[in-house]
Amino acid sequence: MNSSNYQKVIQSLPALPKALTGISGFDEITNGGLPKGRPTLVCGGPGCGKTLFSLEFIVRGALEFNEPGVFVAFEEKADELAANMASLGYDLIQMQNDQLLKIDHVHIDRSEIEETGEYDLEGLFIRLGYAIDSIGAKRVVLDTIENLFSGLPNHAILRSELRRLFTWLKEKGVTAIITGEQGTGTLTRDGLEEYVSDCVILLQHRVVDQISTRLLRIVKYRGSVHGTNEYPYLIDEDGISVLPVTSLTLDHPVSEERVSSGIPALDKMLDGQGFYKGSSILVSGTAGTGKTSMAASFVHAACQRGERVLYFAFEESPQQICRNMRSIGIDLQAHMEKGLLRFQASRPTLNGLEMHLVTIHKLINEFKPQAVVLDPITNLVTIGSLREVRSMLIRLIDFLQSEQITVLFTALSLHTIINEQTDEGVSSLVDAWLLVRDIESNGERNRGLYVMKSRGMKHSNQVREFVITNTGMDLIDVYLGSEGVLTGSAREAQQLQKATEVALRGHALTHKDREIERKRLVLESKIASLKEEFESVQDELNRTFVEEDLRKEIIEQNRDQLIRNRHNDE
Amino acid sequence: MSQSAPEDANGPDGSELYRFRLYVTGASTYSVRAIANIKHICETHLPGRYTLTIIDVHQQKQFAESVQIIALPLLIKEAPWPERRFIGDLSDTDKVLKGLGIIG
Repeated sequence: MNSSNYQKVIQSLPALPKALTGISGFDEITNGGLPKGRPTLVCGGPGCGKTLFSLEFIVRGALEFNEPGVFVAFEEKADELAANMASLGYDLIQMQNDQLLKIDHVHIDRSEIEETGEYDLEGLFIRLGYAIDSIGAKRVVLDTIENLFSGLPNHAILRSELRRLFTWLKEKGVTAIITGEQGTGTLTRDGLEEYVSDCVILLQHRVVDQISTRLLRIVKYRGSVHGTNEYPYLIDEDGISVLPVTSLTLDHPVSEERVSSGIPALDKMLDGQGFYKGSSILVSGTAGTGKTSMAASFVHAACQRGERVLYFAFEESPQQICRNMRSIGIDLQAHMEKGLLRFQASRPTLNGLEMHLVTIHKLINEFKPQAVVLDPITNLVTIGSLREVRSMLIRLIDFLQSEQITVLFTALSLHTIINEQTDEGVSSLVDAWLLVRDIESNGERNRGLYVMKSRGMKHSNQVREFVITNTGMDLIDVYLGSEGVLTGSAREAQQLQKATEVALRGHALTHKDREIERKRLVLESKIASLKEEFESVQDELNRTFVEEDLRKEIIEQNRDQLIRNRHNDE
Repeated sequence: MSQSAPEDANGPDGSELYRFRLYVTGASTYSVRAIANIKHICETHLPGRYTLTIIDVHQQKQFAESVQIIALPLLIKEAPWPERRFIGDLSDTDKVLKGLGIIG
C-alpha cells in the first residue's frame, strides 16, 4: 500500500485516529493500523508471532513513522530480542542508542518472591512511565504481561492493577500492544480481553494434515470498520506480511491485447491471435500429455517478447525443467540468465495453501512479472481440500487479474472422461481452458488437444493432434474419415492409403486415356476416308455437270451453225 | 534513612549481620505500613545486627529497572546470602520471619 492510499484511508475515517504499523498488509485490512492512543490486545498460541508482530510495530513505528517506542519484555531478554530482530535486518542496540527504542526486560520469578501482605504494581507503573518519558515514546508493547500471573500469587491484586494499568496507558496517550497467550476456549489464558476492549487481534497457527498455516483475525475493533476474515500471514526474513483477501467485487480492468501461446498452430485455434493479456489459462490433461511443455513454450514466447515470467514449480526442480525443455528445443536457461525468467520451486507440502498464496503474492510484488505459471496446481490438493484450493485460486486469479498478469495453470486430470469438466473446480474461473487428452488406439497413445473454452474469442472447436518433436510443439489436424478420428500412426497409415489410392486412380486414368485416343484415331481415319469418298463423288458429279454444260454449248453452237448455214442457202 | 550498626561486620555475639533494602512509594498506605512492620521485626528479632536502607522509587526511578521492581513495597534481604525478596506490607510476620530464616 502506498502513502496516497494511506492518506485516503485516514481521510475517510476522521473519527478514530489510527497508528500505522508498517506491517505489510496489516494496515490495509485495518484501514490504517491500530487505534491511536489506545491499547490493543494481540493474542495467540505459542510460536504464532506475537512478539515479532509487536516488535515490528515498535521498530517500524520508530523508523518509519518517527514514533519512538518502549518494549517491555516479560519473557525474553533485551539481547535475545536484539538477536532475533538482527535476523530481520534491524539493529535494536543502535536504535536504543539513538533514543528511538527502549527495551526493558522484566524479570519475575515466583520462587524468589515471598508475599507478605498487601501490595500494588506501582513499581511497574513507575518503571514504564520512566521509560516512556526518557525517550518520548508514543508506542508501548507489553510482551507478555500474563507472565505476571505466574510470578505474582495474588491475582485479585493483579487484576485490579492491570485494569488501572490500561486506563493509565490510555491517559498517557500511547498506542499500546499487549500480547497474551491463547487459552483453551478463551482468547487469553488469564482473560486479558476483559481489560483491553478497543481492539483485539488473534494470531493463529493452524495445523491441518501436518501442514501449518498462520492466520490473523481481527476479533474486534471498536469504532472502526475492519475485515472479519481470517487473513493468512507469513513470517520470513522481511518480518510479517499479512495477505489481504482480495476484494470480492469483479471490477478488474480488462485488456484487448493478445499474447501468443508460443505454439503458432494453437494461436490459430484461438482466433488466430492467442490468449488475452491478463487472462487465466488452464492446461489440463492426464499424465505425460505435455502440460509442462506447453507451459514452457508459453514462457519461452513471453520471454522472447522481453516480458518477465515467474514460474512456480511444484513438481520438478528448475534444473530438471530446463533440461527437459531443452530436449524439445526450448532454452529456458538463457531466459533465466537474462533475468527474464525466475523459478520458484518448492514442494507443495512445504507450507499450507495460504502460505503459498502469501509467498506467491510476495514474489509477484517483488519480481513484477507479466506472466505467471503454476505447474501443476493439482499438487496443491495434497495440502488442502478441493474447496480450499479453489478459494485460494480464486483469490490468486483475482489478484493477478487486477495486476494484469497472464497466468497459466497446469492441472493433472485423473479422469479421462471428458464430461469431467471441472478440473479442480477451477475451470469455471479461468478464461481459457485447454485440455490435452490421451487418445488410445492401435496399441499406442496419442495426444488430442481440445480448446474447451476461451472466453471472448471465436475459438476452434476442432480436436487437434498435439505432437511434440525435438524442435518444439505443433498441432496437426486429425484425420476425420469414414473410420472415425484417427491419430498417430493410424493417421499416417490412413494418409499412406490415401496416397496409394491416388496413384492407382492415376494409373487407371492413363489406361482409359489411351483407349480413347485409339478410338479417336480410328474414327478420325474413318472420317478421312469418308471425306475422300465424298470428294470423289463430288468430282464425279462435277464432271457430269461440266460435260452436260459442254454438250449443251456444243449443241447450241451446232444449232447456230446450222441456222446460219440455212440462211446462207437462201 | 539508614539505621545503626557497623557495616559488613558481625554482631556483638559473632552472629551474622542482616542487610536490608526496602523500596517504597512515597507515603502510600502500604509503604508506611511496610516501614513500620520491618522496623518492628528488626528491633524485636535482630536488635543491633541489621542495616536497613529505605528507598523511595518515585524519587529514584532508575532503580525500578535495575533492581527489577514490579510490585511495591519490596524488601530485599541482601545479606546474609542467599538474597531474598519480599513483597507486600510485611504484615504477615510469620512469613517474613520464616523467609528470613529467623524462625524455623
